[in-house]
Amino acid sequence: MKPTDISNPNYFHKVVDCQWACPSHTPVPEYIRLIAEGRYSDAYMINWHSNVFPGVLGRTCDRPCEPACRRGRVEAEPVAICRLKRVAADYKDDIRARLPRAAAKKNGKRIALVGAGPASLTVARDLLPLGYECVIYDADPFAGGMMRTQIPKFRLPESVLDEECNYILDLKPVTKFGSRVESLKALLAENYDAIFVGCGAPRGRDLPIPGRKEAAANIHIGIDWLSSVSFGHIDRIGKRVIVLGGGNTAMDCCRTSRRLGGEKVDVVVRSGFDEMKASPWEKEDAMHEDIPIHNWLNPKAFLHKNGRLTGVLFEKTKAEKDESGRRRLVPTGEPDVLMECDDVLVAVGQENAFPWIERDIGIEFDKWDMPKVDPVTMQSTNPKVFFGGDAAFGPKNIIWAVAHGHEAAVSIHLMLNGKDVKDRPSPLVNLSSQKMGIHEWSYDNDVSIDLRYKVPHAPKEVTLRNVKVEVELGFDKELAFKEAQRCLNCDVETVFEDNLCIECDACVDICPMDCITFTQNDPEPALRTHLTAPAPNPTQDLYVSGALKTGRVMVKDEDVCLHCGLCAERCPTGAWDMKKFYLEPAHAENLCHR
Amino acid sequence: MTYIAKPKFHHPGLQKNAIGFTHRDYEGRISTLCAGCGHDSISAALIETFYELAIEPHRVAKLSGIGCSSKTPDYFLGQSHGFNAVHGRMPSVLTGANLANRDLIYLGVSGDGDSASIGIGQFVHCVRRGVNMVYICENNGVYGLTKGQFSATADKGSKSKTAVNSDSPIDLVGLALLLGATFVARSFSGDKKQLVPILKAAFTHKGAAIIDVISPCVQFNNNPDSTKSYDFVREHNEAVNRIDFITPRAEITADYAPGTVETVTQHDGSVLRLSKLAPDYDPHDRAKAMAYLQERHAAGEIVTGLLYIDEEPEDLHAHLNTVTTPLNRLGEKDLCPGSAKLAEINESYR
Repeated sequence: MKPTDISNPNYFHKVVDCQWACPSHTPVPEYIRLIAEGRYSDAYMINWHSNVFPGVLGRTCDRPCEPACRRGRVEAEPVAICRLKRVAADYKDDIRARLPRAAAKKNGKRIALVGAGPASLTVARDLLPLGYECVIYDADPFAGGMMRTQIPKFRLPESVLDEECNYILDLKPVTKFGSRVESLKALLAENYDAIFVGCGAPRGRDLPIPGRKEAAANIHIGIDWLSSVSFGHIDRIGKRVIVLGGGNTAMDCCRTSRRLGGEKVDVVVRSGFDEMKASPWEKEDAMHEDIPIHNWLNPKAFLHKNGRLTGVLFEKTKAEKDESGRRRLVPTGEPDVLMECDDVLVAVGQENAFPWIERDIGIEFDKWDMPKVDPVTMQSTNPKVFFGGDAAFGPKNIIWAVAHGHEAAVSIHLMLNGKDVKDRPSPLVNLSSQKMGIHEWSYDNDVSIDLRYKVPHAPKEVTLRNVKVEVELGFDKELAFKEAQRCLNCDVETVFEDNLCIECDACVDICPMDCITFTQNDPEPALRTHLTAPAPNPTQDLYVSGALKTGRVMVKDEDVCLHCGLCAERCPTGAWDMKKFYLEPAHAENLCHR
Repeated sequence: MTYIAKPKFHHPGLQKNAIGFTHRDYEGRISTLCAGCGHDSISAALIETFYELAIEPHRVAKLSGIGCSSKTPDYFLGQSHGFNAVHGRMPSVLTGANLANRDLIYLGVSGDGDSASIGIGQFVHCVRRGVNMVYICENNGVYGLTKGQFSATADKGSKSKTAVNSDSPIDLVGLALLLGATFVARSFSGDKKQLVPILKAAFTHKGAAIIDVISPCVQFNNNPDSTKSYDFVREHNEAVNRIDFITPRAEITADYAPGTVETVTQHDGSVLRLSKLAPDYDPHDRAKAMAYLQERHAAGEIVTGLLYIDEEPEDLHAHLNTVTTPLNRLGEKDLCPGSAKLAEINESYR
């Protein structure tokens, strides 16, 4: 193998698994260390700059970082990254003085933002301090988008959402709330310099099976129903509720039902338990609230009597592979199952809907009737119009919306400064030694062997009575410290200097994970099999040095390295050093600093 | 030294040996030696050896004297018996322990100061007596614990950071050959591929196995003009053979070109396949081995490998005709057979 090029920012970025997996590339280990130090405000600000809604995301994020967390490859469970983010938000001081100010002088450029959800708010946050005038449209009377309408209050208190939305509204965008944009053509005619579409995927999929029309009074579309609950238009539901669907919306529907009078609430899913789209922890929380999840049942008909819903008839299914190898659900042939109920919530998916975008304004749509959007620049085929969040590529989650918002803001800023939007600015990268003394590092390199700590919950008797009482209490400071200590500091990199190595083997001998090997060089597949411990995980790179004095090379498997720094501690010549890798993606706000 | 304990986490694919131990189970406490010390590599080689031979840690007794090397038994086999003797007196304690309990596996760990200076008298007698043991001298040519003065094994003309050695060296390998050791080898801490098979062969040898391991002192004796530095040893290492250690039950599959490999079968059935690197070297000829060592040393080379092996060794217990039961397990009846027996013995002298 060729020597590894560690000057490529992607190399060490990949080693920081959580940051690499995060759509917004939040420097996770950095803020976790700050939490351990009790510097909650600093931890919050790192998050705020990167993901805009730390308090919201610390409760609701889909956490792509956690399955990626190295800890999960070393022991049973990853670090509770998401809930540590909440710790930063919970215990921070008043940080308003540290936030950017609204620009004193406007730059004369006007941007329209359609929808006041996480994507649009991110664009506004990035562009307002630069002097852009941002005009935010939303059909609802408040900012927040789906964070407000679809996430129940018992998971995300209104105060947390308000606080983080207000940090952006304090930058003084022009808000046109309560006014739905009915025509993009008309908006374009208002001569904005750029338009960002962050209107979400607002249409809940229906279930057109027999009985749907007749029993309509007691059949509700999940996201619309959650929105009505959120705005206080609905405050009760029948005693027996069936929720159809296996995603996170279904979990929010069933848990909300339990709080609005649903005594017997059942979730029914067509496929198996493991294939459900809902996050494992959301399924767990639902089951904890005495909500059974029934799998392999396909709704066949809504049953009704005298215009009133009486139940749902299900067909038993199983998964089979068809000729093309694709998995399909087929009936098992067993007798149908009847479940009685008073109300049904349909949460079987969301769709994008763009009836308000005219097809003759230069925006091309693909065969799924979705706008063609460049996944890097977020630009549509009309150079003035950008998309982000669920509006861009269908339903994802908040952290993706934020990531899209940042990229769209960069694009808009580049475009309006006469630059090529495809010429993406490089991230800010820093790699610096953490050596403080002979065997002293600026980070705590003693690896904690504690298992993942559970976030305490409020008692069920209390939370089930009120839809606004938050279920999760969050870590207290002591638990937060212990959980933070589980972080392996994957951003403190083992950096190897070929010409200093005397091949004494001290690093090989001390490495607790058998990551390091000195060997004859070979092509990667061969090398992977004859290391001190085999390296069977091809998604994790091998760090290969240049040829050493004996002609051998140093090969380090990054896969399960604990970043404990013992290789560097046992190295007599400083050939190994522990260097902190810090990467901050380019945002519109920090582009102007260069 | 390192202040944190080695993390308990281990590679998820960590293998277990025949008795269910991982190599981590053969570790000891974290080393307090200088970073990069050759002695730590030898400890690691011992860990690998015991793991691969699948030896139960409680069957091993590690004994040492005083010095950097003699500290190392704390850093491997944390579940074995250990004894830290007075400076240079480990061989006597080991001999006594071996006499008392012949069932244990004895490992003596010593250094050039402990063996070639203060303890040389003890060293020569335990070799001469053929105590069944593996005696490792971790040889760095300096007194590391007292700031790096030359030891008795330092080569004449070898330079440390501040001085040139003018005394003649003691060659522990030559001494061991002279005194009748039945297994003599030399290796280098920076070459585990050579060292581990030698250690495996030594632990299956039923007699006095003496291994001189050159182990650079990174702090005081790793400068370019030292004959015990990493660079010098790598450049002047003349290995006479490479051992392929094959356990008694393993199937022999590798093919070798005729004339290049010599097979040595040990008492327990294990097989040593020696790939010859020096074509005429014969590890069964004590006299020629001694001559060869002198010759190469004069040429400035360091001869390594299995230098001498007696396939039919005899040990101290055989010399003394002791009982097969360890002495510490003999009961009162065995030890005091009664006045009739005493009378019988006395009668035999009349």
